[in-house]
Amino acid sequence: MTDIQSPLPGTFYLTPSPGEPAYKSKGDTVSEGDVIGLIEVMKTFIEVKATDAGTFDSYVVENEQPVQAGQVIAKLS
Amino acid sequence: MVIKTLLIANRGEIAVRIIRAAKSLGIKTVQVYSEADENMLAVKLADQAICIGPASAAQSYLKHDAIISAAKDAGADAIHPGYGFLSENANFVRAVANAGLIFVGPDADLIEKMGNKIAARQTAMKAGVAVVPGSDGAISDLDEAVRVANEIGYPVMIKAAAGGGGRGIRIADDEASLRRLAPQAQAEAVSAFGDGSYYLEYVVVNARHIEVQVMGDGKSAVHFFERECSLQRRRQKIWEEAPSATLDEATRQELCQSAVKLTRDIGYVGAGTVEYLYEESTGRFFFIEMNTRIQVEHPVTEAITGYDLVAEMIRIAGGAPLSVSQDDIKINGHSIEVRINAENPLMHFLPSPGVITTLTCAHAPEVRFDHFLYEGYTIPPFYDSLLGKLIVHGNNRDEAIAAMHHALENTTISGIETTIPLLIALAKDNEVKEGQVHTGWLEHWLEHNIEKIKP
Repeated sequence: MTDIQSPLPGTFYLTPSPGEPAYKSKGDTVSEGDVIGLIEVMKTFIEVKATDAGTFDSYVVENEQPVQAGQVIAKLS
Repeated sequence: MVIKTLLIANRGEIAVRIIRAAKSLGIKTVQVYSEADENMLAVKLADQAICIGPASAAQSYLKHDAIISAAKDAGADAIHPGYGFLSENANFVRAVANAGLIFVGPDADLIEKMGNKIAARQTAMKAGVAVVPGSDGAISDLDEAVRVANEIGYPVMIKAAAGGGGRGIRIADDEASLRRLAPQAQAEAVSAFGDGSYYLEYVVVNARHIEVQVMGDGKSAVHFFERECSLQRRRQKIWEEAPSATLDEATRQELCQSAVKLTRDIGYVGAGTVEYLYEESTGRFFFIEMNTRIQVEHPVTEAITGYDLVAEMIRIAGGAPLSVSQDDIKINGHSIEVRINAENPLMHFLPSPGVITTLTCAHAPEVRFDHFLYEGYTIPPFYDSLLGKLIVHGNNRDEAIAAMHHALENTTISGIETTIPLLIALAKDNEVKEGQVHTGWLEHWLEHNIEKIKP
């Protein structure tokens, strides 16, 4: 298992915009640099990118949940 | 009816500012806050504080019923909305009135009228205020477009009637380019929206943003002269001055009179700002909108006129008439405000929330620092990046710029990145010193002068 952490504190979004499917779902192939989600910090949206390659396992935070910098937001298997 | 208890439906520096004004009037204060704002300065300063929901503004500072219930529970008789959030939300203002509470600001109908671009433009025209010249309706015939463009003058902007968000906008500098570009715009609009008609609007080249502070009590209205806010990045003002460096006295009087006439014509109640674009090459000014709230940059007006605008708007909301007549309001010297944001100007303005480890403020009679910071406070990531506003006053503009430079050099906010290094570079810039700026100036400057920002 590899963890993907949030680079900044803020509000985490699993989807590019409301109503769309999540960026990744279980079993998806993930390459380094793939966008996993968005962090809203001070009204600015910043992409969270995978720092490793692997197979997507799961998000460990919910959509629109507040997160801390360094908090694990998703896992790769 | 005099206000005895005021609820502040906002956060950050403006909540602190409103609490200070309320205390100066002997009014009890109730501060609402989200779960993320438990430790903010306004919560500590208010007589009472009530948590209204989670961090997300949609579930707290924008939640009408939570705020109105808090006001009822606390026995507040009025709500001050500050700026942003619910300050220009007509539905909220109606709900406040229906709950038997006072909203510190104009009524819902007025907010709706001035908040609608077309209605506001018509209202301004009715009051005899110049608006940005444009076609009265949609155009689909090229010869008609040429005739209209000759009337309003070049350059003109060609905007698809069915479009939005600036899509497909073209600018024609003369008749030949209009004849070339209008058919392109039309063809594009047909394929994108199924409607090829378009509007024409005059383009104010190198426009300066000048706005007039007004205050009304429903019967009478006054102005507190103008502010210039031409230094902007992505339409966010970052440096504001009063008075404007570019207006001559005759134009200043004409501009301020037009704003006060509009304010009086609509029976305006409370503090407001009438915004204009100013064309320096011709001395013409054009109404763009009216903001029906107190604005971030109100302190520069307070610095040159000596009036407390927030206290005055609270008094008026409580039913008092204007406490000041136009003849009493005079310009004394020059004032500048800069907005200090939690952003890294050397990293594309990346937001920088976090813990304030040390805070040093410049202390001098000519310096005012409106903020909500203290050492050990964590700036949350959930709201905008404004940390505070540094305001200086000088006998003239040169003195004010020198005072601002000095105040910025003596202000330290450690633990997070701030825009102070950018503001210092601006205070040292020759074009800023000469007042040679317009609303596009700062973005252009940032593209070519990043090395002048010293971390």
